[in-house]
Amino acid sequence: MKKRLDVLICGGGACLSSHSQDVKNKFIEVLKAKGLTDEINLVETGCMGPCEMGPVMVVYPDGSFYVQLTENDVEPIVEEHFLKGRPYQKKLWAAPEARKIVEEKRQVPFFEKQQKVVLALCGKIDPESVDEYIANRGYEALGKVVTEMTPEAVIEEMLKSGQRGRGGAGFPTGLKWKFGKASEGKQKYIVCNADEGDPGAFMDRAVLEGDPHSVIEGMAIAAYSIGADKGFVYCRAEYPLAIKRLEAALKQARAMGLLGKNIFESGFSFDIEVRMGAGAFVCGEETALMASIEGKRGQPRPKPPFPAQKGLWGHPTVINNVETLAAIRHIILNGADWYASIGTEKSKGTKVFALSGKVVNTGLVEVPMGITLRELLYDIGGGIPNGKKFKAVQTGGPSGGCIPAAHMDTPLDYESLTKLGAIMGSGGVIVLDEDTCMVNVAKFFLEFSVEESCGQCAPCRIGLKQMHDLLEKICEGKGKMEDLDLLESLAHTIKATSLCGLGQTAPNPVLSTMKYFRDEYEAHIKEQRCPAGVCKDLISYVVDESKCIGCTACARTCPVSAISGAPKQKHRIDPSICTRCGSCIVKCPVKAIYIGPGAVKREVESKKLHLEKTL
Amino acid sequence: MECQELHIPDNPQYRELKRIIEEYRNVPGPLIQVLNRAQRIFGYLPREVQLYVSRELNVPLSEVYGVVTFYNFFKTEPVGKHIVNVCLGTACHVKGAQRVVDALANELKVEIGQTSQDGFYTLSTARCFGACGLAPAMMIDDEVYGRLTPGKAVEVIKEFQKNETNQN
Ligand SMILES: Cc1cc2nc3c(=O)[nH]c(=O)nc-3n(C[C@H](O)[C@H](O)[C@H](O)COP(=O)(O)O)c2cc1C
Ligand code: FES
Repeated sequence: MKKRLDVLICGGGACLSSHSQDVKNKFIEVLKAKGLTDEINLVETGCMGPCEMGPVMVVYPDGSFYVQLTENDVEPIVEEHFLKGRPYQKKLWAAPEARKIVEEKRQVPFFEKQQKVVLALCGKIDPESVDEYIANRGYEALGKVVTEMTPEAVIEEMLKSGQRGRGGAGFPTGLKWKFGKASEGKQKYIVCNADEGDPGAFMDRAVLEGDPHSVIEGMAIAAYSIGADKGFVYCRAEYPLAIKRLEAALKQARAMGLLGKNIFESGFSFDIEVRMGAGAFVCGEETALMASIEGKRGQPRPKPPFPAQKGLWGHPTVINNVETLAAIRHIILNGADWYASIGTEKSKGTKVFALSGKVVNTGLVEVPMGITLRELLYDIGGGIPNGKKFKAVQTGGPSGGCIPAAHMDTPLDYESLTKLGAIMGSGGVIVLDEDTCMVNVAKFFLEFSVEESCGQCAPCRIGLKQMHDLLEKICEGKGKMEDLDLLESLAHTIKATSLCGLGQTAPNPVLSTMKYFRDEYEAHIKEQRCPAGVCKDLISYVVDESKCIGCTACARTCPVSAISGAPKQKHRIDPSICTRCGSCIVKCPVKAIYIGPGAVKREVESKKLHLEKTL
Repeated sequence: MECQELHIPDNPQYRELKRIIEEYRNVPGPLIQVLNRAQRIFGYLPREVQLYVSRELNVPLSEVYGVVTFYNFFKTEPVGKHIVNVCLGTACHVKGAQRVVDALANELKVEIGQTSQDGFYTLSTARCFGACGLAPAMMIDDEVYGRLTPGKAVEVIKEFQKNETNQN
């Protein structure tokens, strides 16, 4: 029976952690108490995107979008909206002016520029119900493929669609399948890469949590095309909910005969097993991933042979990313021409980006390839919070680079990003504002790569460490201008000589920040100054005594008791105890605390002073 | 290492592990999966457990040890009752995650990777839980806490410990 209202409450990871579950349970309780369970369909969905506003909820058919819900909002929403048909204004997504309350999901600017393909059902269906998936044309593509199409025809369709892998490298999916099909072998495998190791990327997680069947269907279609009968999903251990939902979906698919022997009576058999990772970034690299599935240390090996020739246990194996696989069914259902009509000449289709960092609307967005960074950041992302100035975005994680303000109108596609030295990667877009130190960011990524290097090859194991130490020196104010040349030459050597993609790309964040933000490097070296006020050795916190009112708020919040001063007296921060945690700046009601020069600079200056005196 | 007779205590933990190993016996490449489950049972992977897994799966101990030390997820030291895992991923980093870790380390009087004196918390760090929209974020066991400040993080762990102590 069609119910009067569909109420979709987000059960994505971010909303769960802002207690959407409590809100949902309260709804269940209230709906039951009021005898409304037959009229109102309450569904928990996967991530809807605007995580910052969570917990969020949409009510159809009117499309009201509720945000930041708490248990206390449940009664009034049921009373006002569900019973009297008047959306509860207090928690609707509000435009800047209080009166201009946006009532419909379509009109929320966050959604206007988006085109949802991969995420179409995330947030719309109950991810634990195969029936809802099927009601949305789920498994129709698989049925069509195995009963009406030859493997060659499927591959041809994929080639024509122009789809490129979303795992980072952007290799054409159709071509990869073609190689997989051409490889000799009775046993073949299809692997879904759900390792999602790039910090700042969470689209694969959202797809697995919100629409797991689409990944299963994509894998089955891939398997049919290359002639595999067994698949693995390699999912990182940090995503327990994704694993749980995937396992549940697999069980349902098996029960309905959508996996297993003789699918759709076509003679095609296929099943999937989930393998959990154990916290190693390098295992996202395909050859390391295979070693890990085999139960070994996740160490990459040189290519060729490519996995499509010699993969898991030596058998031909096709590895695709979650987002790549989730789009397959749409390509089959709507046709390659439709897919190829979206995006740019060389980058087809839609791409999911994960917006995070210093941006108003954090969360997942799906847009046609080729949209500009400016549209992504301002029209969809809502700009930079707290009136701060935009500095750059970082894309592609530890293998990527940054795009500064001057290139805001760059279209987001594989080629344009690569040309700027910032890669598409998995689609994590981290926004940096004026308070971010670019040298610190570069050091941060190298620290990451040093820790995650598997240690097999010397350029990556030793070279990256050297680069990291140089950056550390610079951040401590002890760098020299020659260090910049050394950094650059190390970077090029490591890129050219490393064994796998990790080492080959790890220097990118350094090269890219040096290219666009050389002035910041030079300020650290020549002036012992961190322009963004981040590097601890180059800053100190100082109380402006003319502003201090002696309220003691800073002294009370200081975690290391570095601030002295009696009530109503001027306070002072002891720089030798202060850890520059920043708590006091936030607490001070009169903004009397500012960031001054650090110990290194003070030392240099006092030496200079001393020298001048003695001369 | 010399071939030593392994004395395995007959307790529920080992019986559970034995059952799991049987479950995986015919699965190809079972080592990581078994270690994962073993860690869930024991909280960490002491030497005896590694030896036991090695013997039962017929995989050389060196290989077991190699795998255990390769992956961040596996712990060879006992951990506290609860694990506080602070994300140091990029999104969290640019939103001040380091300050959050520093504040927690200071509060618990431990370094990263260590366990508090009372054995209640182990402080650990991670790279992104995919909760970047809530950065900076941390997890206590499986629960994510987002939009932290150093002060708020300290409050959260105090509150959490208080709640649990009160329950008992
Ligand atoms: C260091 C490193 C880490 C990687 N991590 C991931 C990852 O987390 N997820 C992913 O899908 N691909 C990752 N890749 C890319 C994979 O090796 C592989 O190209 C991809 O899974 C292929 O799928 P696609 O063709 O669908 O993009 C990584 C590559 C490297 C070099
Ligand atoms: S970077 Fe912290 S959760 Fe993603």
